[in-house]
Order: sequence, then structure tokens, then C-alpha cells
Amino acid sequence: MELFNSIIVILDATLRNATPLIFAALAGMFSERSGIVNIALEGKILISAFFGASAAYYFGSPWMGLLAGVLSSVVFAQLHAFATVTHNGDHVVSGLAINILAAGLTAAVGNYWFSQGGNTPNLAFGDTQARFTPITLPFADQLADVPIIGGIYSELISGHYLLVYLAFAAVPLCWYILFRTRFGLRVRAVGENPHAVDTAGISVAKTRYLALLMTGILVGFAGVYLSVAVTAQFSPNMSAGKGYMALAALIFGKWRPRTAMQACLLFGLLEAIAIRSQGAVFLGVEVPVQLVEATPYILTVVLLGGFIGRSVAPKVIGEPYVKERS
Amino acid sequence: MSQQRIPAWITVGVIPLANILIAAIAAGLVFLYLNINPIDALQSMVSGAFGSGYGLGYTLYYMTSYIFTALAVAVAFKCGMFNIGGEGQAYIGALGVGLVCLGLGGHVPFIVLLPISIIAAAVFGALWALIPAALQAYRGSHIVITTIMFNFIAASLMNYLLVYFLKPVGTMSVESAVFDRASWIPQMHEVFAFFGIRIAASPLNLSIFWALFVAFAVWVFLWRTRWGYEIRSVGSNTSAARYGGISISRVTILTMLVAGALAGFMALNVVQGQAHQIKLNLVNQMGFTGIAVALMGRNHPFGIVLASLMFGFLTQGGSELQFEYSVDARIVVVLQGLVILFSGALQHMMKHPIERLYLNYARRRDANADDQHPAEA
Repeated sequence: MELFNSIIVILDATLRNATPLIFAALAGMFSERSGIVNIALEGKILISAFFGASAAYYFGSPWMGLLAGVLSSVVFAQLHAFATVTHNGDHVVSGLAINILAAGLTAAVGNYWFSQGGNTPNLAFGDTQARFTPITLPFADQLADVPIIGGIYSELISGHYLLVYLAFAAVPLCWYILFRTRFGLRVRAVGENPHAVDTAGISVAKTRYLALLMTGILVGFAGVYLSVAVTAQFSPNMSAGKGYMALAALIFGKWRPRTAMQACLLFGLLEAIAIRSQGAVFLGVEVPVQLVEATPYILTVVLLGGFIGRSVAPKVIGEPYVKERS
Repeated sequence: MSQQRIPAWITVGVIPLANILIAAIAAGLVFLYLNINPIDALQSMVSGAFGSGYGLGYTLYYMTSYIFTALAVAVAFKCGMFNIGGEGQAYIGALGVGLVCLGLGGHVPFIVLLPISIIAAAVFGALWALIPAALQAYRGSHIVITTIMFNFIAASLMNYLLVYFLKPVGTMSVESAVFDRASWIPQMHEVFAFFGIRIAASPLNLSIFWALFVAFAVWVFLWRTRWGYEIRSVGSNTSAARYGGISISRVTILTMLVAGALAGFMALNVVQGQAHQIKLNLVNQMGFTGIAVALMGRNHPFGIVLASLMFGFLTQGGSELQFEYSVDARIVVVLQGLVILFSGALQHMMKHPIERLYLNYARRRDANADDQHPAEA
């Protein structure tokens, strides 16, 4: 029973850790599938976390936070599109610019607005509840004491923030959009063969702008989740590499929604283990916590090396699309 | 082709300056929003970075680090690769420098130790770049992603080594023991004091001469040696290079080894020259900033030295703003971000308008010339 409980606690943390990764990985999927390398997920998470928390504090409502957070990351995603699509800028450089700009702007503006060293005020104090609170699913309280089922339903499945459920719902939704709609087909086509798409009379630029719009919306949820739900406060650099980890999960998941989600869950599990223990014991050998932390990146490198399966990127990823000039 | 008619002073002079100007205007707007007069801010940045021996020392100290990390980006870029791994390579380079200083410091004279620590910085940095390079060369995995991953792996590895091996027993903070004094690279104020000249104490140390020498050496390497020629061939046209008999895999690995070694040198300045111990996060984003510096310096060693000076000014001058306007120190990061955005990501934005402007002007000038000297036409 002790073991069961600790497994439940770890899996519970896994779901919480995986949520921002899932949003960000799905976000990255739209942009990368359309041919735009997205190392800017990190910056977009940060910007939406900041504006989300600020708006939630200002309006006293988490929903306004969600709106503002998503809007802000959409603006940055469109800036990304402006640089990479309209001006054929280098995708990696644009991504870096956004990451660095986001890290600086959120801290500097945050300090100017709130004078708390770049933090926003806490979103949950006194009567104000400007944060998202966990949702208790129906009958969770009644079932809590039932063995096994109580643990699984009341602890593991119930009692998460709304955004956690949304993240898992977004996976099939994004799959549908990407693989069953006309828009999704176009996104995938411009990432594989933009010339053919152009010949068919579809605007490559417009498709990529729209793909990055999807990126902005989804990654906004990741940022808002961190600041408005989990910590109920923004602090500088709170994204702490989650954007890069989501990118790793996306690659590890071979640019597909379900497998990317599985990678996010795996990385979330590793994070849960790393946080819970100072080093885990695996097959009788003590594994240092730093190794557990590095495992997602090591796994991704190993996968990219083609040693376990093969992860093939969209064909024209990273190349600006330039029409033939006469 | 209209491009051939654009003179070089437009491409390497006017357009980069226009980009910086836009970045400066954008930065000015940010300052205005933060209730700071941009002109005053610029003045205090200039006086903070150049106005005193102390400030100048810091500016040049930062410049030294940026030269190394930017060269690491530029060499890879000349081969058509994006090395985002400077952060990790410099961190691992610091391990090499640190191990040499911890092991040999005080046991051998400095003049013997220094070459060993230089080699250690290069070898450790290069080895950290080797795996991503080999994966790109032989397995086709993209170097941008693998070097990003290697930055995180380096951070975890260094954390592990510091906690379990390098941290002296009984200390709380996660950092190595302080090196023996005999292994420190002399700081500039000490050197001047030796000659009886007093200058303000700052972390600026003799590594700056190594940085300038290395920048020159990189220029020689890229433009005056066979290896450099091969690197540039692969970078400008991979298929032509392959057809010309150049082994792409070999050049890829050679390039990344050089890049990693250059990034590793950064540890000489920061670890052996200033901190005198291995600390957590000692690279402190300078590897990333190196990308911006390389961009601004147009991936040319000479340009990189100038751009490093500018970023040294931004870093030191920006931290001065913090004291004077009680603005967040990370305002510097905003400035860096804007520079990368406008002279990197949006570098083509001003290119076409300026070129069009010049072409119109040139056409009118030629037309006038024809009118005045019809016989010559």
C-alpha cells in the first residue's frame, strides 16, 4: 500500500509536469510541421507566463490571465513569422532573439510594474483568487477512501487544474486538425514541399502565419499554466528550459501528437522522480539526480543519432521559402 | 543581377548600421516606457563602460569572453553549421581549466601551467563539441538540436561533478576549491603594478591578449590555410565541395573541434583569470550572447572583435543603469535581444529598401553623367 501510494503520488506529479510540455510540444508541432524551426518555445512560454500572471493580478481573474497570456504569445509567434516568413530571416536566430528578448522584457517590465525584483505579486492572497484552482471531479470525495479506485480516481485523475485536462484533450484535437482538416494538410505540405503548395495556388506565407498562430495559442496555455495555475506568481526565467524540453519531446515523439504526448509524459515522470528524491535507486544502483534530469536530453540525442528508431524532421524545416525569380 | 551593382560599403557598412539604428530606436522606446530618458541612459552607459579605469576594465573583460564564444559560432557558421553549444562547450572547457589549476596549481611554475591549461580548455571544449559533430557527420542528426541538448547535459554533468567531486568537504555552496594563487592568470592591474603603474582593479586579465591573438589566428586559419578553404567551401556550397573531393564528414568534425576549443578558451578568462574556482552557471548565457556577437561581427574575426567591444559596452554599461535608475539589471538582456532581432532575424528587412534607394540614386547619377558627356556614351 505504501508503494501504491508513492506510485500514485509520482504519477500525479507526472501529469502536472507533463502538462506545459504537452502544450508547448503541440505548439512546436504546428510550426515545425510547417517548416519553421521553433527553438523559441522557451521565450513564448515565458512571455505568456508573465502577461498571464500580470493580467490575472490586474483584473483579479485567472480567465483574463489566460486571455492575456495567449494573446501575448500569439503576438510573439507572429513576430517570429514576420521575421522568418516575410523577411526570410534565419529561423534559429529569430528563435534566439525571441528567447532573449522575452527573458529580458519580462524581468525588466515586471520590475517596473511591480517593483518585486521581476516577480508579479502573488495571485492568491486574502480574498482574491486570481489563480486557477484544482478541480474536484464528481464523486471524487466520496470515492477517496475506497482502496485502489480511490487512489487512482480521487488522487490521480481528479484534483488537477482545468488546464491539465485541456492539455490531454488538446492532443486528439491537434491530431484531428493536423491530419484530418484541409488546414492541417496544407501545414504539412508547406513543411514538405512548399513549391508544390505554391503551384496549387495556396499561399505558403499565409499557411505558415496561420501555423504560427496555432503555435502562439497553444504555447500560451503552457505559460499561463505555469504562472497562473501552478505557482500563482510569475518569477523571472520560470520557464527554466521547459520550452527546450518540449522541443526535445516533439523530436522524440517524431513530430506526431500522440507520440509527442508520450514523450512529454516520460519526461514529466523523470522530472517527478528527480524532484522527489535526491537520486533514485535503479536496479540496486544509486542514480544521481543530475543524471535523471539529463535523461530527456540524452534520450533525444540518442534518438536523433538513429540508435533507437529514426526521427525524421519535416523536409524543408529551417529553409526560408523563396519563390523562383525570373 | 542587380546585386552585383551594390557596392561593398552598402552591404557591410550602411545596412548593418541601419539595423543597429533600428535596434537602438526600439531600445529607446523601451527605455521611454520604463520612464528613463534614453539619451541620459546612453550617457550613463558610456560613462559607466568607458568613463573610469574600473568600468573600462570590466568592459574589456566581458569583451574577452565574447570574442571566444563568438569565434566559436563564427567558425562553425563558415562551415554552414549553427553552433548553439558554446554555452556547454565553455562550461566543459572550464572543467578542463579547473582540473589543471586544481591539480597543478602551486606545484609547477605558472609559465609551465599556462600552456597546459590552455590546451586543457581547448581539448575539453572540443571534446564536448565532438559528439554533436560526429552525429551530424555520420548520422545526419541536426547540429542545432544536438548542441542545445548538449548544453543541458553539460549543465547536469557539471552540477553532478561539483556536488560529488569538486566541492570541498564541509562547504555549503556548490563550487570547487579556490585554485592556488600560482595558477591564476595575472590581472591587468597586477601587471601594471609590477611596472609601478597604478590602475583601477578589475577582472581584466592577460587572457585578452590571447583572445586578440586567437582572433587573428582564426582569420589566418579560415582564409590562409587549406583547412580553412575546405571549411569555407563546404559552407558555401556543400555539393560543389563534395564534388571537389572534400570529405564533408571530416570537415564537419574538424570545424566543430575548432569551434569547441574556441568556446573552451572562454574559461581561461572567466575561471582562471577571474573567479579562480569552478562555479555553477559560470558561463552565464555568454555562449548564447556569442551568437549575437558573431552575427553583428558578420562572422569575421575583425568584425567580431569590434562587436565584442560593443557587447562588452552593453553588458558593463547596462549594469551601470541598474545603479543609476534602479531599473532591473536584465535591461541589458533586452538590449541584446533587440540587437539579435534587428541585425540577425530581421537583417533583410532594411536590405531591400536601402538597395533600392541606392539603385535609384545610381541610375539617376548615371543618367545625369550621360547627359553631360554624351560623347562618352
